[in-house]
Amino acid sequence: MAASRPIERAAILGRVVLAAGGGYAVAALSTALLSVTLPMPRSEAVTTATLLSFAILAGVVVLVFALATLRRAAALVLGAILVLGAGLWLAAGPFVLAGGAS
Amino acid sequence: MKGGFRQSMAWLHTWSGLVVGWVLFAIFVTGTASYYRADITRWMRPELTQVQSAAAADLPAVAERAVAYLEAKAPDASSWFIGLPQPDRPLLDLFWRHGPGRPSGHALLDPHTGTEAPVRETTGGDFLYRFHFELHMPPLWGRWIVGICAMTLLVALISGIVTHKRIFSDFFTFRRDKAPRRSFLDAHNVTGVLALPFHLMITYTGIVTLSLMYMPWGVTTAYQGDSLTFFAESGQITAPRLPADRPAATAPVGPMVAQALATVPETLEGLSIVNRNDAHATVVAVFEEPHGLSHEHPQVAFDGVTGAVLEVRSGGLKLAAKTFTTMVGLHEAHFAGPALRLLFFLCGVMGSAMVATGLVLWSLARLPKAEAEAPLGLRLVQALNIGSIIGLPAAVAVYFLANRLLPPELPGRSAWEIRAFFAAWIAAALIPLARPHRRAWSEGLVLVAGLCLAVVAADIAMVEAHPLRRLGEGEALFLWFDGAMLALAALFAFAARRVARYRGPSRSEPRRAPVFAAPGERARA
Repeated sequence: MAASRPIERAAILGRVVLAAGGGYAVAALSTALLSVTLPMPRSEAVTTATLLSFAILAGVVVLVFALATLRRAAALVLGAILVLGAGLWLAAGPFVLAGGAS
Repeated sequence: MKGGFRQSMAWLHTWSGLVVGWVLFAIFVTGTASYYRADITRWMRPELTQVQSAAAADLPAVAERAVAYLEAKAPDASSWFIGLPQPDRPLLDLFWRHGPGRPSGHALLDPHTGTEAPVRETTGGDFLYRFHFELHMPPLWGRWIVGICAMTLLVALISGIVTHKRIFSDFFTFRRDKAPRRSFLDAHNVTGVLALPFHLMITYTGIVTLSLMYMPWGVTTAYQGDSLTFFAESGQITAPRLPADRPAATAPVGPMVAQALATVPETLEGLSIVNRNDAHATVVAVFEEPHGLSHEHPQVAFDGVTGAVLEVRSGGLKLAAKTFTTMVGLHEAHFAGPALRLLFFLCGVMGSAMVATGLVLWSLARLPKAEAEAPLGLRLVQALNIGSIIGLPAAVAVYFLANRLLPPELPGRSAWEIRAFFAAWIAAALIPLARPHRRAWSEGLVLVAGLCLAVVAADIAMVEAHPLRRLGEGEALFLWFDGAMLALAALFAFAARRVARYRGPSRSEPRRAPVFAAPGERARA
């Protein structure tokens, strides 16, 4: 994939942004969701979720670059963000999504 | 992406590796050196050989001397940390904080007198250790940049494994000299694959050591952002106590040290003292971790006013917390004895070589045909390659050299050592720009080899207690350090010879599709 034409360059830039931003969003939301839903003491749930988050992030990045089209990758990442966000809303209440603490 | 899964992974591997490669090389080299952080610090303070280590029975009195010094020097500090003398660090290592926005303080005392020890001012191995995860930048910036690079390395490793379809047979393949680019490719594969478990482990566990900074959202949701409560609940620290805002006299620490020593059988590393002269004054005795992988310091917390034991924390972590501390322990390798430590060190060297050969491979794969001018992007990559792969080792050698050559009484001495480090790095990165590229490589490698030899010469010349000047008496540490420097000099001299004798990639050689090539290369081949 020699990035010669502007449209290809834009598609690569799109994947980089989607992989970094979308990947972090999916990892952050899954950490938050697992921290309040895993059936274990809350310190254990937070630790487990945090330890897993970087594998999730790496997985999303690989997936974004592996899928055939940017559109499909974007749909998948945005879908995951919506599902995780909704789950977190149900599990922890809206205040968390509005910025969290205190 | 176009061209199938493996090809898109090859593309990802090539480019993710390139963009963070230069910083990664610096992280790998300084991190590898940090396995011997304490030894480097001790080597950089040769005066220490004259200080006798303190016995465990003396520790209560030694701690009292530290407190007496701090009461005179930093009475209004918000917290004190007293590092007690250890066999490999015979001094009292004091550190105090004044709270956010105000400078912290640091002092080294002779444990037997309680006065400042007559050692040269140096950051020692701690500079390399902190550079490893902060890059000598403001901590927040440095740690995020290192985190992003580490995460990118994780992606590069995964995509590298996927790309590599013949991982097992390539394991035994090193086609020396056949074609220069191919031997670089094989060197990249060998250093990458042979130590692959180490690379994956060290990358993931490295991210985990700072995970709560990178990924604080679990603590945000489950603890409303209160990380101290999280640390206490997960058993990593004793319960934090806020100031009561009622004044109270703090009890002497000697008896607390004696009681702590009687409670936990490990080596006592130090004390932390917070809320002094408050009714909630707390003294925490922190011990070395027991034998095992886990990075888990036993702790005994005392009420600073009454001297009563508040809490004893020793083992008993739950599964996830144990996993976390084990990952941190694996990364720091405190558990490793001399042989295992050497293995970790060699794996770190292989990691540095993996990054370096990967970077060089990128530029070799894109060399233009004989007469054509190299494009700007390639020249930029070549300049950055040489600037990091030659520049950083040269800078580390000059840092050691400055430690031996700067006058011991120079004001601001440790800052000058660090200035020498960066000045050498900048010089070693700029000079090659004025030279033909391949000559610049061999000259640079010779320069690094020469600097390593200069470190040995300066060590023998400047340290009166050096074993070679005392007919073998004195500390073996100096011999080990100088031996390591000689080995590094040999390594760089060998590399210089290889580069000088190597004829350069001839474009007419028959090109089979490389085992490991980005689709872009394939199109051009």
